[in-house]
Amino acid sequence: MRRAELTLVTVIVALAVGLIFGAALGALACGISVLVVLVAGALSSWFVRNRFRAWRYQERHEDLIVARGVMVRRLSVVPYGRMQFVEVTAGPIERLFNLSTVRLHTAAAASDARIPGLERGESARLRDRLTELGESKAAGM
Amino acid sequence: MRQGLDREGGWQRLHPLSPLTRIGRLAPVIVLSFLLTFVHGNGQQGPLYYPVGITAASVVFGFVHWLVTRWKIEGDTLRIETGLIRHDSKRLPLARIQAVDVVRPLLARLLGVSELRIRLAGSGGSDGRLAYLSESTALEVRERLLRTPAAPGPVAGAGGQAAPDPASALSSGASLPEHIMASVPSGRLIGSVAFSGLTLVLLAIAVALLVLAVTAPKTAAAVGGFLAVYIFSFAGGLWRRLANEFHFEAVEAPEGVRVRRGLLQTVSETIPYGRIQAVRKMEPLLWRPMGWCRLEVDIAGGGRTAQRGEGSGVVRKALLPVGSAQDAWHLIDRLVGGTQPVMTPPPAQARKKAPLSYHFLSAGYDKDHAVCVTGRVRKVTTWVPLEKSQSIRRVQGPVQRRLGLASVHIDAAGKATRAEFRDRSVAEADDLVEELSELSRAARQHRTVSLAERASAGGSPVPSGWYPDPSGRHEQRYWREGVWTEHVSDRGATAVDLL
Repeated sequence: MRRAELTLVTVIVALAVGLIFGAALGALACGISVLVVLVAGALSSWFVRNRFRAWRYQERHEDLIVARGVMVRRLSVVPYGRMQFVEVTAGPIERLFNLSTVRLHTAAAASDARIPGLERGESARLRDRLTELGESKAAGM
Repeated sequence: MRQGLDREGGWQRLHPLSPLTRIGRLAPVIVLSFLLTFVHGNGQQGPLYYPVGITAASVVFGFVHWLVTRWKIEGDTLRIETGLIRHDSKRLPLARIQAVDVVRPLLARLLGVSELRIRLAGSGGSDGRLAYLSESTALEVRERLLRTPAAPGPVAGAGGQAAPDPASALSSGASLPEHIMASVPSGRLIGSVAFSGLTLVLLAIAVALLVLAVTAPKTAAAVGGFLAVYIFSFAGGLWRRLANEFHFEAVEAPEGVRVRRGLLQTVSETIPYGRIQAVRKMEPLLWRPMGWCRLEVDIAGGGRTAQRGEGSGVVRKALLPVGSAQDAWHLIDRLVGGTQPVMTPPPAQARKKAPLSYHFLSAGYDKDHAVCVTGRVRKVTTWVPLEKSQSIRRVQGPVQRRLGLASVHIDAAGKATRAEFRDRSVAEADDLVEELSELSRAARQHRTVSLAERASAGGSPVPSGWYPDPSGRHEQRYWREGVWTEHVSDRGATAVDLL
């Protein structure tokens, strides 16, 4: 999904840069700039893929574990009882690919339990399950 | 006033002087508008429409507000009704009251009235305010509101008496000897403000400006004008700290620590033991020669912010603006139980990543809290009760990965409060994550004897048994090992009702 966004952005930027440089400095500059943009796009696409692959989550008996990150690796353990609410969002491009993002909110701003790119059915299941577990395990503040 | 309070069902008005006192809030605006007209009029009397209009409008509004505002205590709810055009009726159930703050702005102090702010559990936005009541009524209402407490056990003030009726609890609660836990002498407070980073910045600016003024007067004027805003805001910050924390006193009360402070506006607020999310002790570099430190607590449910979201509804309060290590220990002992876990330093590789603060880094945990120390210039010690931990995270940056290190964060409710086991070896971090999640789960599940009970009972535990229900919903409630259970009874029939 992110890669689709990236490809789109890359192509648009490449076209724009190519046109500007082509008009201002001639064909050679146009070719070089387009190439640079395309390489940058490919690189970030690779980063995004790695980032996506590093993103995992695990439902345990008492808590949810979300791990992510390539450069900075983060792993959050959020107990179900601490969940305040579950948020499911789906942006326009996410909707295009039938995906959505599930986010757990706790009272702490730093908890950072976000799972992007879930299939619609899976996100609905996760949301229901988390809500149910949250209710049964609620420990109050 | 006394009979007025007891006359249930009768609506009460606020103090007749409240419209006048409310103008005090607008005083800066009024003064400013007067000044502006004066300046615009080039020294002579300019048109006074605006300032006079503002004053008159605020008087009228204040009076109308006073006319349409009324309150009463009806059974176990406090009702406040107000609003002429948009009617606003509030019901505050006494059982859910978290804390009652008494606030006295300067003008209110002169007129002998005070404002009551009532904070409820859970909801952020629907706090109640009674501005203003006469001082004796304010104190009386506070006692009355706090009489049906959520936290204190059957001994709330009645010293071991098996079944205290509300009246005796009130009278003994009112006459409870006050035990001052800490106070801050004015000299020390002024010293602490003088030795803060802000003052240093101000001094540096002043010196730089002076030097400039001698060497290049024109530049100095320009730079001075540019910096004026910052200088004023810094000075304002210093002044606010001084004014807010003047005459600081922390007093032990059955429901928590009662804090009294303020120079012009005095505030009396309660920090309930059970709502504390984290305790922080700060020792800035400049204070270290004096051995001073500052204590702050994060409390849930104080939110004046109506927004819903992460970290909202948690306020940070100074529990000790500046004090000796001994004062701090005394308070910490009361608040978090005082057991100091064994602190361990990070492994030697961490020296490469944090060469400066390495010697200060340490962290430890026991079954109740996680404690950690971070920072070199501003040494901060954080206590997070595991019962309150929101999530546990392991974070590993690129440098840490190369060195085989990782940090473990225990997040407390709020914007950015956490205990941080910084730069531990990877194996230790993994163990920590597992162990801390396990411990916090255990801590949540059986909440052991809460500190409020320990503090109010003075070491003598109340035997388990049936006692009058503190929430007032049922006749009796079962008390077991320092906590109220969900078991209730009415006329011999038992039921379950969550507190």
